[in-house]
Amino acid sequence: MKKESVIMCRCEDVTLKQIHDLMDQGYTSYEDLKRLLRVGMGPCQGNTCGHLIQRELANYLKLPIDQVPVHKVRPLVMGVPLKKIAEGDDNER
Amino acid sequence: MNVKCLIIGAGISGVSIAYHLAKEGMTGIHVVDKGYFTSGATGRCGAGVRTQWANEMNCMLALKSIEFFEDAKTILGYEGNLEFKQEGYLILASDQEEHDQFTKNVKLQNSLGIPSKQLTKEEALEIVPHLNPDSFYSATFCQKDGHLNPFKMTEAFYLAAKRLGVTFSFHEEVTSIETENKEIKRVHTTKNTYETNMVVNAAGGYAREIGLMAGVDIPVYSENHEILATEPVEKMQGPMVMSFTKNIYCQQVPHGAFIMGRSEPNTPKGHNIESSWQFLDRMSKTVMDIMPKVGELRVVRQWGGSYNMSPDRQPILGDTEDCQGFYIACGFSGHGFMLAPMTGLLLSEIIFGKKTSMDMNMLHINRFKNMTHIKQEKSVV
Repeated sequence: MKKESVIMCRCEDVTLKQIHDLMDQGYTSYEDLKRLLRVGMGPCQGNTCGHLIQRELANYLKLPIDQVPVHKVRPLVMGVPLKKIAEGDDNER
Repeated sequence: MNVKCLIIGAGISGVSIAYHLAKEGMTGIHVVDKGYFTSGATGRCGAGVRTQWANEMNCMLALKSIEFFEDAKTILGYEGNLEFKQEGYLILASDQEEHDQFTKNVKLQNSLGIPSKQLTKEEALEIVPHLNPDSFYSATFCQKDGHLNPFKMTEAFYLAAKRLGVTFSFHEEVTSIETENKEIKRVHTTKNTYETNMVVNAAGGYAREIGLMAGVDIPVYSENHEILATEPVEKMQGPMVMSFTKNIYCQQVPHGAFIMGRSEPNTPKGHNIESSWQFLDRMSKTVMDIMPKVGELRVVRQWGGSYNMSPDRQPILGDTEDCQGFYIACGFSGHGFMLAPMTGLLLSEIIFGKKTSMDMNMLHINRFKNMTHIKQEKSVV
């Protein structure tokens, strides 16, 4: 399968080829790739691509996967409308 | 390792200074950064660029910087997309008093060639229809202002500087600076020792600590400023909407997400850059007040970053009597990104001993000596 046909980040439509191209340019951490490709900035906040890209980085850097940091996890856990926060929504289901 | 010039900090200021020095022919420039690419204040900023300031110095620095941004892609030969858009800043006045201050600001801005104008509430609503008409009194607008992607802009300078021979190392932290008779001799990092007579302090949030290593007491401190981003949506807002009294700036970036930030009162000084629920709570209420329609959007992420604050909220740029060969570019107080082209140009002129494009006295660190009254720039969030 062609690298440009493999979608690594579904939120931002980032392909394996884009990831590999940037790694070849020296951007070899998740945080670097995030800032230039927006991986991890979409609605899923890296929950889909995080570990896929971690594995690509581990292969590229020839490191055990546990030595390749994933992205910084930021609030919120899931998208919440500003309005609900402002109003203090308490509609727990 | 011998270097002609060691720049500390590969944020927007450091890469701009490196580029401008190299362009003027300096060789042996090395840039070190303690983190990853754009890990500091630059990569955490609000991505806005504006010319609407309340004092002449900031107006001129900003105007000339925006003129650079307009041609940056060509000047720097950047293949990527800088996501530069000039759809203006719409700055809201909350009452008659702020309106009167803005009248003065616009008069100053116009006298310097900045095409800003004061708008009635109705005119402002034509530009941003989803503003709550009861939440503001009047507005000012300048078409030249807008958005620029901080990561891409930094990369553009970075790649251009590399092509000119500048070298970079990331994840390398300066640990000490050796001086003799108030002259720079060498710099120690976590990975290297650099023999050099010239150091540029472009360390952003850590500029004070770097200054102290060289025996230079720079009157700056850092504080956390937070931002949030929403899910991307179809385009619904052209300009950045800003209010100093309501304490918000909010824009829709070309990608579609809204990003917005505010200052928290009583933020402690220091290097904390975490996210807080207090920010989220206050931000959501401010948005619901001035742009309730934007309040329908989901927040997907929030983050923090350092403002490096100077006493008068204006940059500190130049050399210092306290250490020969030590140059300062810090204290941008939250607007270092948008001023970066001028930061690089002016500092390179100073280092080469050229006549500077602007009078630098009001940017030099000496301005704080014997200063009895500090007049702060008011147009800040």
